[in-house]
Amino acid sequence: MSAVRPPSPAKPKLELDPAVIRKARALARKAGAPVVKLARTHTTVSVERAVLRLAGLTGADHEGVPWVNHLVDAVRGEVGLELGVSIPVFDALRRGQAPDLLTLAQKSAAGSVSFHLPQGRDGSAAKSLALRSVKPGMARIDKNRSTRDRLIKRHGNPKQRPWIYLIVATGDIYEDIPQAQTAAREGADIIAVIRSTGQSLLDFVPEGATREGYAGTYATQENFALMRAALDEVSKELGRYIRLVNYASGLCMPEIATLAGLERLDMMLNDSMYGILFRDINPIRTFVDQRFSRQIHARAGIIINTGEDNYLTTADAVEAAHTVTVSQLMNEYFAKEAGLQDWQLGLGHAFEINPEIPDSLRMELAQALLARQLFPKAPLKWMPPTKHMTGDVFRGYLLDGFFNLVGAMTGQDILLVGMMTEAVVTPFLSDRDLALQNVRYVLNAAGGLAEDFHPPVDGFIQTRARQVLFEAVDLLEKIVNDVGEPGSVPLLQAISDGTFGLMKRPADAGKGLDGVVKCAPGYDNPASTLLEAGTKK
Amino acid sequence: MSTPQSTPQGLPDIIRPYGDTTGDAMVQVSFTLPIPHDKRAEGAALQLAAKMGLAPALLVHAKAMGSDFTFFIVYGSVSHLVDLREVVVIEREFPMLSAKDVNAAIKKRLGRKLVVVGACIGTDAHTVGIDAILNIKGFAGEKGLEYYTEIKVVNCGAQVLVPELVARARAEKADAVLVSQVVTQKDAHIHNTMTMSAAFREAYPAGKVPLLVIGGPRFEQGSAAALGVDRIFGKGTTPGEVASYLVHAIGAGQVVAPSGA
Repeated sequence: MSAVRPPSPAKPKLELDPAVIRKARALARKAGAPVVKLARTHTTVSVERAVLRLAGLTGADHEGVPWVNHLVDAVRGEVGLELGVSIPVFDALRRGQAPDLLTLAQKSAAGSVSFHLPQGRDGSAAKSLALRSVKPGMARIDKNRSTRDRLIKRHGNPKQRPWIYLIVATGDIYEDIPQAQTAAREGADIIAVIRSTGQSLLDFVPEGATREGYAGTYATQENFALMRAALDEVSKELGRYIRLVNYASGLCMPEIATLAGLERLDMMLNDSMYGILFRDINPIRTFVDQRFSRQIHARAGIIINTGEDNYLTTADAVEAAHTVTVSQLMNEYFAKEAGLQDWQLGLGHAFEINPEIPDSLRMELAQALLARQLFPKAPLKWMPPTKHMTGDVFRGYLLDGFFNLVGAMTGQDILLVGMMTEAVVTPFLSDRDLALQNVRYVLNAAGGLAEDFHPPVDGFIQTRARQVLFEAVDLLEKIVNDVGEPGSVPLLQAISDGTFGLMKRPADAGKGLDGVVKCAPGYDNPASTLLEAGTKK
Repeated sequence: MSTPQSTPQGLPDIIRPYGDTTGDAMVQVSFTLPIPHDKRAEGAALQLAAKMGLAPALLVHAKAMGSDFTFFIVYGSVSHLVDLREVVVIEREFPMLSAKDVNAAIKKRLGRKLVVVGACIGTDAHTVGIDAILNIKGFAGEKGLEYYTEIKVVNCGAQVLVPELVARARAEKADAVLVSQVVTQKDAHIHNTMTMSAAFREAYPAGKVPLLVIGGPRFEQGSAAALGVDRIFGKGTTPGEVASYLVHAIGAGQVVAPSGA
């Protein structure tokens, strides 16, 4: 299966105690398990809307409110979501309230549908109709996965490693397309269309091709389809499969993951705690949405990218280095529990140590090697400096060169290309060109250094890496033991105490909380049924 | 506060850029033209350089970027002169105080804690600016406002809606509201700020509006009045500057007893 890494190098570069690594993973499991239990026993409005999207409901009313939102709101208002949206919806279709889902949604928006919670045989019939109805959506996701595999076989993977990841973000999909194609022609292997910054807090997915966004372009099904088609065209031209990335984060994470599967996106940003910490989204909403979205990603063969780099933009990269490791371990646990495989775990980390402090490069090497060795099969995502980019673009260009060097020396897999104009302007065309030259020069000149580079036993780098790992284990222990009231979830307690990124996020606050519903006995989700039954292997 | 000044002693009135010799006026610019790289493109780059005042101009680098664009680096002697007597500097209108002095001044003038509510508004999710000012960790070696014993800080975080911010400011009886706008496109920072200041004017009786202070790299100095705010802080502002300003503003009578207090 599209394995991302070549066989890992024979000799590990850091002397890490396997017992400590095992302990770290065991603690991560212990911290994560109660959260998974919580995720299994709750649903959200966005999970339910994703089910309707899989059943083929698309489009929006004249004000841009999607029909999936109308239908979920109508059902919730009348009979609640405790049993899921699909039983009342497909029961209404069986009762002839409307000929199809779209008409049902339109009528429900006008208030002219009555929803019931059918019992007995009617209940089972509604469930089986629901299951039949989401199957074509799931089949499309499966088919996209085989299409991707076929295209990778035909066009090939990038010849070098790390893969080169570039961002386009004009706000206008029709401007993004030629920029993305140009970027691919100039060497990008992965194109990320960064989202409009406001989108994470929208509780609906906008519809159609969009031309107006802030610091990015809206994630919509149509935009996904347009960009994927454009990149297929350029993949053929270049003889290299160009991967497309978007963001399964924010309040609509499950729906966007679903749309990504339906439109053959290849990677999705999908962090387990990012939305909680940096967008103040309710923790329970996030974990419920995240589990469903990760199940979809697992099924769709999508590589997730986690967001550990973000911690270092608020906290200090030296003092908080271990929080990155802890988050990587948590992301790994949650991802695997949701069915993702090692090759799908684009765990993140970043080059964010203050360049003014002595030995900053050696500490970067230690941290990058630590991640490499803890997760040998994961396609690690290596993020460029942002916090210490000052506006001195010349110095920034040098920092990016060192970032590229560390990426090459430590065998990172996905390299987000740093821009010397970070923190100054949205990158000029020439900034991107210069940045790619920087990457090419470093990979060409020093790509083989990974083979030669073996930090001495008990030297600075090895010692630093061990120290970070120990601190990570300490923190995990603290989290696991952070028991509040009986029945409280230690990880949620830790999040509300400000353990990650210094932000305090209580479990009973945050955006999207009102969209969380506790499942009642008899809850049914036909998409989850198919997802839990197992990924097409 | 912003007057043309006489040149400090020892500096000439008229200067030119310095490359490696006094008076050589050498500068370096880089730019992209949306045409393929050929002789005409290089001529076009030199024409632009001439119009920018570079004479003679030396085209040191030209590189095709794809088939439709060319990138240039030009060095040249610039014909413009800089008259230091015409340079206008906006002076800080308040004295810088130590944390101790800030605390003492608040105690003396308010007799209670100064309440500061901070947020990133609109779609901006980048809290680096507001956090640098508010969080105890601070910025550039200076502790943030949370460190000041006489300042109560309420950090609402990112993507806070304006009505939420107003409600929070009222609930906390804020003396000052700090709003940060870091990432912006299509003048969103201007629109967001004006919406915010209008909402505060609407929600509070005249003269009772808390101090409205905005910060961010894209705001124009001198546009505070147009935006309906009391003060703008730009890139590189430290928590100490903000604290000193707040104390100054209290002294200047801009802080009134919060409604209900």
